[in-house]
Parts: sequence; C-alpha cells; structure tokens
Amino acid sequence: MMTTLSPTSRAATRGWSDITIRNLFVIPTVAFLIIFNVFPLLYSLGFSFTDFRASSKDAANFVGLQNYADILADPVIWRSFATTLWYVIVSVSGQFVVGFGLALLLNRPIPGKGLLTTLLLLPMMLSPVVVGLFWKLIYDPSWGILNYALGLGKTAWLTDANLALYAVAITDIWMWSPFVMLLSLAGLSAVPKHLYEAASIDRASKLYTFFRVTLPLVAPILLIAVIFRTMEAFKTFDIAFVMTGQPQAELISSRLYKMAFAQWQTGPASALAYIVLIMVLCITNIYVKYLNKAKER
Amino acid sequence: MAVVSTRSGRLGNRIAIAVVIVVTLIFLSPIYWITTTAFKPLVQATSVPPSVLFEPQITPFVKLFTKRAQLTAPVAPEVYEAAPWWERLVLDGGERLARDGKGDVVFSAYPDRFINSLIIAITSTILAVSMGTITAYGFSRFRVKGEADLLFFILSTRMLPPIVVAIPMFLMYRAVGLNDTHVGLIILYTAFNVSFAVWLMKGFMDEIPKEYEEAALVDGYTRMQAFFKIVLPEAATGIAATAVFCFITAWNEYAFALILTNRRAQTAPPFIPSQIGTGLQDWTVIAAGTVLFLIPVAIFTFLLRNHLLRGMSFGAIRK
Repeated sequence: MMTTLSPTSRAATRGWSDITIRNLFVIPTVAFLIIFNVFPLLYSLGFSFTDFRASSKDAANFVGLQNYADILADPVIWRSFATTLWYVIVSVSGQFVVGFGLALLLNRPIPGKGLLTTLLLLPMMLSPVVVGLFWKLIYDPSWGILNYALGLGKTAWLTDANLALYAVAITDIWMWSPFVMLLSLAGLSAVPKHLYEAASIDRASKLYTFFRVTLPLVAPILLIAVIFRTMEAFKTFDIAFVMTGQPQAELISSRLYKMAFAQWQTGPASALAYIVLIMVLCITNIYVKYLNKAKER
Repeated sequence: MAVVSTRSGRLGNRIAIAVVIVVTLIFLSPIYWITTTAFKPLVQATSVPPSVLFEPQITPFVKLFTKRAQLTAPVAPEVYEAAPWWERLVLDGGERLARDGKGDVVFSAYPDRFINSLIIAITSTILAVSMGTITAYGFSRFRVKGEADLLFFILSTRMLPPIVVAIPMFLMYRAVGLNDTHVGLIILYTAFNVSFAVWLMKGFMDEIPKEYEEAALVDGYTRMQAFFKIVLPEAATGIAATAVFCFITAWNEYAFALILTNRRAQTAPPFIPSQIGTGLQDWTVIAAGTVLFLIPVAIFTFLLRNHLLRGMSFGAIRK
C-alpha cells in the first residue's frame, strides 16, 4: 500500500510511523470481515453445487448447476419471489406515503415538536420480532383490539390467504414510516427559506411551490430512504416469520429458512441464498452510490 | 409552508398540528396496548370487548420469572397466610409456584435469556465500537489504497441478508463447536456491527479538525498519544451514539440467534415468541416479557434522539 506523508510526518517519526498505525487500524477489521463474511460465503458457494444435507452424514455429491436449475423451475420459489416483490411494493409505498406525509405536517413550528418526533420514531427502534408478536395480539380474530376498534367482526388477518401479507405489510409500515419521516424532515428543513419567499413573491400557488421547489430539493434524500427500505423489505424475515405461516404470504427469506433449517436441503438452499445475495448486492450498490452523493452535498 | 402569516395559513397550521397529534396517538397505541396487557388480570387480557379500564397488577411479571403449575386443590389457609405477597398473587390466579427439592422457587428461563441478551449485546458492542473507531480513524486520516472500494465492501457486509450468512455460519460453527455459545453470537454481532461503526465513526472523525492532532504532534506527542489523548475525547459523543446503535441492533437481532442458539446462549428475541404454543397461552406473561425487553430500547431512543438521523443513514446525512 502507498501512503502520502502528512505535513506532520516528521513529528510522527517518534513512536510508530503513520503507515504502521494505518495498517494496524485498518487491516485487522478488514481481515475480520473477510473471515466472517466472505469466507463463509465462499464456503456456501461450494455447497450450492452439491446435494449436501447438513442433517445427514452422507458425503456431498457434486451436482453442478442442478440446484440452480431446480430453483428456477420451482413454482413455490417463484411464488415466494412474486410475494416478496408485491410485499416490497405495498410496504415501501405505504411507508413513503405515511412517512413523507407526516414529515410535511411536522415541517412547521409546533410546540413540543422534539418530543412528538421522538415518540413517532420509537417503533423503528424496537425489535422486529417482538413487534410482530404484539401485533399478533392486536390482530387476534376473536379478541384483538383492531377488529373491535374498526368493527370488523372476526376477520382472521393472519390466517387468511388474501389478508396475511397485507397484515404483515401494515405492521412494517407502522414500524418503518418513522424512518422515511426522519429522512424527509432532514430534507425539508434543508430547503432554503428564501426559495419559499421568492415563490410567494411570485404569487406561485402552494401546489406549484410544492412540486417545483420542495420536491426537487427533497428528492435525493427521499430516494435514499426508499432504496434503503426497498432493500430491507426485500430481506424481511423476522416480522413475517413470527406473524404468519400462511403459504400465500411466504417471503423469500422464510422460504430460504425453511429449505435450509427445516428441510435441511443445504445444497439447494445455498444456491437460493446466492441468488438472493446477488439481488441484495445490486440494490446495495445503488444505495451506496446515492449515499456517497448525499455526503458530497 | 414556511412563512405562515395569512389567516388561512394559521388555520391550516392548527389543522396540521391536530392531525399530527392524532397520528402520534394512533402510532403509539400498539405500544400502549402491549404495555397495559402486561398489567392486566388474565381474564381481562383476552376479554371481549377488550377491556380498557382495569385494576393494574404485577402478577404477569411474577409469572414471567417463575415456573408454575395448576392448583389441583384449594390452598390451605395457613399455607396462603405464610406465602409472601408475590406468591399469593399467583395462588389467587389458581396456580402454585413450582419449587425444587430444597423448597426454593424455580425460576423460568426468561431471566437467563435476558442475561444472555445483555452479555452478548454489551460485549459485541464494546468490540464493534473499538474496532470501528480505530478503523474509522485510519480511513479518516490516512490515505488508504482503494478506500472507496474498501468502504463499500465494509458496508455491504452489513447489508447481507442474515439467513444467507447463517447457512454457512451454522455449518462452520457446528464444525468448531461454536453453536449455542455466547462467543459464537458475540463474534457474529461484532462482525455485523463493526461495518456500521466504521461508517458512522468515520463521519464523526472527519468532523474533528486535523489541526488538533497536528498541534499535539508539534508539541511532541506521538501519533498514538495524539489519538488517545486528543482525538478520542473529541469523538466521545460520536462513540457513545455509535455504541447505543450497536447495542440496540445486537439486542434486537433475531435470525442469527434463532438459528445459532437454542438453549445455553439463547437470547430473548427467539425465546419470547417460542413461549407461544407451549401449553396454555398466557398473553399477559408474553406481554410482560415483551415490555421488559423493550424498556432499554425506549430509554436509549430518547437518549439518542439527536443522533437518530445520522445513525440511520450510516453517517451520510448529518443535518
């Protein structure tokens, strides 16, 4: 590795050199991450080409691309991907509407605004699995508070094939709208006040001001929020897994979990894991690009 | 939107504030509901219509920490009189406390799981923040070849879906005997959090003027002394905020804990839902376990309130 010496390098010759310190500070962490993230993934890449079952003592046989071919031909997995896609769309757009809406309402002088904002942010800090659990209590068909409060009779939110996915999405929207709100508020408060003054001098309508002044300036930060939530929603496991076992609402992470740790099809599950991994890395790449852009501003 | 001076603007403002307050109340109602359930008598937890008014009691918390059995016959009055107040609460509900051979109360698994959560979350936080802080300093102050790629790699490890990583980790841990151990989970949570810590701490490090250390170097400090005596104290707030974020992430983590632990090292998140479906479903006890588990996070959220934006955007958006 090359380094440029800082102006103080002469002073730094006392004790360890800057290069030593840099290597000492950076290399162990990178090595640690390689050992505990890259190495395991290489290990499972190997398994994805075999018929290995972690539950049996039989040696793994090399099967080439058979696992990948089987996965692409499996209607259950295709359904899980389709369900996940629909879940991401419903959940992220819900979070966007609620979160951005709240941010627009909050973007004005309000007494006790700090406390109000903190209270609204509470859901996203909670453990997803515990959130799923207490929403189960709320959704209970016979004595749950939701059916009672909305007068919905005995609607079986979590066991109905058509409703389960939406019930999970509603919980996710409750949990993560605050995240979109938090980022939107930051974007809104960064819009220079003089632009609004100029717009009002020009007698621009509120709607016009919103679409031509506010939205373009907030868009970059909104995009970061949406990409991040898309990525996270795609990976959703905890909430859905603990809330419903409804096959129509099975997300890809739950399918993967069942393949790997209930049916013990380690080889095929590793192959599916790789397909999911590549998709996530693509979204991550886009996300980091926009994060760095936001940083430069 | 920003400049509100007209009468209609003021009215609009009032309506917006009213809507915000109503929405906040709706948002908090699930948390309110689970919290009150934890203090309800069993019959009122699942009553129809749901009971809003009730006499709060702490019986669910006593039940949460103990093993119990159904009473087969009414308790003798002298036994009831001799029992401490918390045991009477259980007896009132038609159950008796399980006792071991020496007559001591048998604790449930909950306190163990809670302590496991504490040990694993605290240790992994200390490790992740220490590594993250020095690595962030390295990236912030020195030129590292391929810095952007390395930083992307570091962040991408955080984005990996837990189940994808868990499949090989399960096999590797099984091979070396790390399944169901504290050390196993601590290593994984450290790996998961260190990437976040590097990104967040790099933002805080970048904000500390280089001139501070340069002045110290001129004064005869070594680079290491300058780091420990000048930079670390300056970064204290950032380190604290990063630590709280790491703690919450480790505290809340479910997928790895579900797959890699089952008894000895199991943390609270996989344990709490596993209580469901074991015999009689006592929602007040599950609610009590949930509330105790959420309290640390709620406190930390208030402490963190000014850093939430930064933490949630990996240090990219600072306001």
